[in-house]
Parts: sequence; C-alpha cells; structure tokens
Amino acid sequence: MIGDGKDSTNQRENTFVADGTTVGFLTDVTLCIGCKACEVACKEWNGVPDDGYVFTGQSYDNTGALSGSTWRHVQFHELDAPAGREGGGAAPPDDLGWLFYSDVCKHCERAGCLEACPTGAIVRTETGGVFVQDDVCNGCGYCVVGCPFGVIGRRDADLPGGGGAYKCTFCYDRQKGGGGPACAKACPTESIRFGPLDLLRAEADRRVDTLHARGVTGATLYDPRDTSVGGVHALSILVGDPERYGLPRAPEVPSTRLLRSWLSAGLTTAAMLAITALAFALAAR
Amino acid sequence: MRGDDVPTTPPTSGSGRPAPAPAPRAPGYFGRPVLKPPVWTWEVPLYFFVGGLAGGAAVIAGVAAVARAPKALVLPALVLAVVGAAISAGLLVLDLGRPTRFLNMLRVFKPTSPMSVGAWILSGFGGAAALALASALFHLGPVLFWLGAGPAAVLGGLLATYTGVLIGVTTVPAWAAHDRTLPVHFGMAGLGCGAAAIALAMGGRLVPPLRTILLAASLAEVVMGLWIVARRHGARDRALYHGHGAWLLHGGGTLTGPATTLLLLVHAPAVLVAIAFLVGALINRYGWVLAGKASAADPEAALEAAR
Repeated sequence: MIGDGKDSTNQRENTFVADGTTVGFLTDVTLCIGCKACEVACKEWNGVPDDGYVFTGQSYDNTGALSGSTWRHVQFHELDAPAGREGGGAAPPDDLGWLFYSDVCKHCERAGCLEACPTGAIVRTETGGVFVQDDVCNGCGYCVVGCPFGVIGRRDADLPGGGGAYKCTFCYDRQKGGGGPACAKACPTESIRFGPLDLLRAEADRRVDTLHARGVTGATLYDPRDTSVGGVHALSILVGDPERYGLPRAPEVPSTRLLRSWLSAGLTTAAMLAITALAFALAAR
Repeated sequence: MRGDDVPTTPPTSGSGRPAPAPAPRAPGYFGRPVLKPPVWTWEVPLYFFVGGLAGGAAVIAGVAAVARAPKALVLPALVLAVVGAAISAGLLVLDLGRPTRFLNMLRVFKPTSPMSVGAWILSGFGGAAALALASALFHLGPVLFWLGAGPAAVLGGLLATYTGVLIGVTTVPAWAAHDRTLPVHFGMAGLGCGAAAIALAMGGRLVPPLRTILLAASLAEVVMGLWIVARRHGARDRALYHGHGAWLLHGGGTLTGPATTLLLLVHAPAVLVAIAFLVGALINRYGWVLAGKASAADPEAALEAAR
C-alpha cells in the first residue's frame, strides 16, 4: 500500500463505516521525520484546545505526552548511533541518530477505558474504534485509571469542553464521511497509515521483514496480541524495546482481575456480618 | 533498568571525540509517566471513609435488630447509615468533572466497571437504609423494616468493601498489586468506623458488642498492615513506602491497628478509642489515594507491572 499515492486508503474515499470494516493505524518510526503535521492536523480538525506553552527541555518535544488535549504526540529520540545501526555496522561510530514516534490512542481490541466507563459514554464504533460520546460522559475519571497506556485524560475545567474525558476519536466523523483520520491524511511520508486492520497487519509484517533485510535488526511490530488487551488497532513499527517509547511490554486490561477482587469483597462482607453476629451473641450470654 | 539495545557510549574512534561518560537512561521516554495518575481530588478519599462508615453502621444495625438489641443502638446506627449515604452521594457528585450529569451513572449497569456497580450499590444502600429508618421512626411495621434493614446490611458490607475493588482493579501499580487485600482492609476499617461512630452517637458509650467489633476490626487492621508490608512488590508498590502518601497510609494504619488495639486493652475512655480509629481510617484513605497518584506517575512502577 505504501506508494499508492492518492489511491492509498489515507487519501481515497472509502465505505469502511457502511461496510463495518475494522480499520487501524500503522505508525512507522522508520518513516517518521518528526514534522508534527499529525499533531497539528488533529488539533485543527478536532478543535482540541492548546495544552499549555511548556518548555520541557526534552529534545524538540514540548508536547510531552498524550492527554485529554493531545491526541497525537510525536516523541523525539536522540540516539548515539543511527537507528537500527546501533553497535557498529556501516555507520561511522560517532554518527548520531534520530527516531520519531507519533503516539496515539491504541484503540485496544479489549479496551480498559471502555470497560471502566460507568455511564456507557465510551463505545466501540462500526469500524472497531473506541469512541467517547462527549454528551454522555460525566467526567468521573475512572477511564483514566483503566487505560494501560496512559492515553485518555480528563480535560481541566477551564478549557473548552472541560470536565469530560477525551482521547483520539479515530476521526469517527471523518470516517463516517468516507474519509480517513486527519493525522494520516496530513502525514507527508505515510509514516501514519490508515486502512483495514488485517491489511495493515500483513503490511506491517512485510515492512518489518524488509527493515530486517536492510540491517535494521531492532525493528519490531508493537501489537500485544498475546496479552489480555488482545492486540491494538493502532499498530506501531518500532526500533528497539517498546519501553523506550513508554509502551508496556505486556499491557493488561484491569478487568482480568475483577473476579478475584470482587470475591475478596464478597467474602469480607460475609466476614463483617459474621463478626458482628458473633459480637452480639457473645454480649447476649 | 535499561532494557534497551542502544549503547549509551559509542566506542571512541580516531575522530578525536572523547568518549562521554555513560549517562544513565531515564526509564521509558525521558522518564515521563507511562500512566495517567488518578484525577480524583479530596472528595474521593473522604467518600471512601464516609461510605465505609455508613456501610459498617448498617451491618451493625441489621445484625443488632436481629439480636433484638435496644433501640438506643439500632436507631443511631440507622441514622449514621442514612446520613452517611447522603453525604457519600454528595461527595461523589462533587468529584465529577460534570456534576450535573451524575444521573448518567444510573444510565446503564455495567459489571465490568466497579464504578458502575458501586453507583448501584450506593443507590440501593441509601434507599434500603432510609426505608429501615423510616419504618423504625414512624412504626410502619416489621415487614417494611426488614425489607430495608436486611438489604441495607448486605449492601452496607459491599459499600465498605467495593471501594477496594474500585481502586484495586485499575492500572495504578501500587493499587493493582493489592487488589485482593484492599477490599478486606477497607471493609474491616469500615466496620470499625461504624462501631466507633455508633459509640460516639450513643454519647461515648462503647457497649460490649461494639467493643468486640472494634477489637476485631483493629486486630484485622494489624494483620492487614503486616500482610501488606511483608509482601512488598518492588518498584510496583514502592509509592506505599515513600512520600506524603506513605506517611498518611502508615500513620493512619498505626492508629486503626496497633494503637486502637492497645487503647482497647488498657480500657482507655471510649471516646478516645473511637476517635483514634476514625481519624486513623480517614487519613489512611487519603494515604492510599496519594500513594496511588505517585505510583501511576512512576514510569518504572508502570513498566515493571506490565512485563
């Protein structure tokens, strides 16, 4: 699909919503040039408020992290060697390198935020995206501690739409109109790909093989399918350990521990009643 | 913790550039938090305390009514349950980012969300306790009384314990590491708070059953404290041992556990014992929430918990 130009699923009109096709993102660190067009396109299309003019001192990244007001975030990694050529190879030993990673909501196959939401505000769309219905969300903040990736955030009260929980919508509105997400459309290198998830998974495998053949041995596909998250709809091709990008190696959905925690609560309730009954029985003697 | 294939020092070559000292790599991305800390403010730990107290009082009220305990005990217990439920609801509304949409909590029932189940528990508890209190005050007959007091006792236990599930079943490492301990810890503290508050409401009289309950609760708190401290989880729950949250958590636990036990054994004044337990339980809840915020902001804790 890379190189399809205006026929690519990033650009052409599609019928994914009508067809119920599960779609995804494929974000490739080896193609990203760190231009932040995705951040800007996302902010503009979705009317996301600014997240403060903060100087982080962390490379050229003054965005910092994904939040309720940042739905695409480009990480800047300054390397001691060109990406993928660490530990020698053809590059001169004092050559430096860059990696840029455009992080986004993972739209998990099994989403912690969606399971945690008590109002039903967070739903799954026809194309498999995880979507927050802003008119239902009451701002309880429980999704924030349900996300294994630290993506969703509650927006401060003084901002437009303040008090509610926000994250990437997968540009559901654009998808309904037959388009692709603003970030993918704006990406000048097709480092961000949008399209049917199964096609992107196959393409990601091919891309990783190509990168390995070219000597970028650290290239991996980040798609934790063997965890309780069950894989993500926002795939990433990374170079090196996912933890370098702040991505957990084995993210888990909290609800896998629901049963044992509720069992503990139930048994404790029984114990509270038993202790009280015993106390009154002893006093009656 | 490098977990990384990037050499921090490239070998020096003939280029003349001196080899820089190896810089320790911050965990994750620039050492920034991997998870989002809970957004909850002062209302939530106070709710954990008040809700636990109300639930514990309802457990005692229900069992006391079965045991035909005097009305001087049952009535204040029911009042505490009803007033506690009302204050709890108020605190939960205040905590929301959009308080006017509180009723959206009751839009669906979602077993996967302890927040949803908890909202239903609190609603059912408030209704049942109010029914029991109304029938006791206005002599509406035993059927209505038991229709209220019975469910209120069971839901009261769940109200005191579910808050442990609520914070345990999250991605916050220090909470998640104790997802089975927290319901026991919070539940026993709630029962003790109920007994202590009833004693104060009865004019500072720690009648024998309440004394037994408070002793059992404080002993349970001793065991819970030892259990948590003995099973440390490395980076995952280190927020329980460093920072302001740790001080509140252990300070509160010391008051509810060993201090209350000791005060009971030396037959200290009932008011002193009751206040020691209540204050301890209150600051312990603040400790857990503060420690949770620190834990979620700790990238090493988050990454280690997900390996």
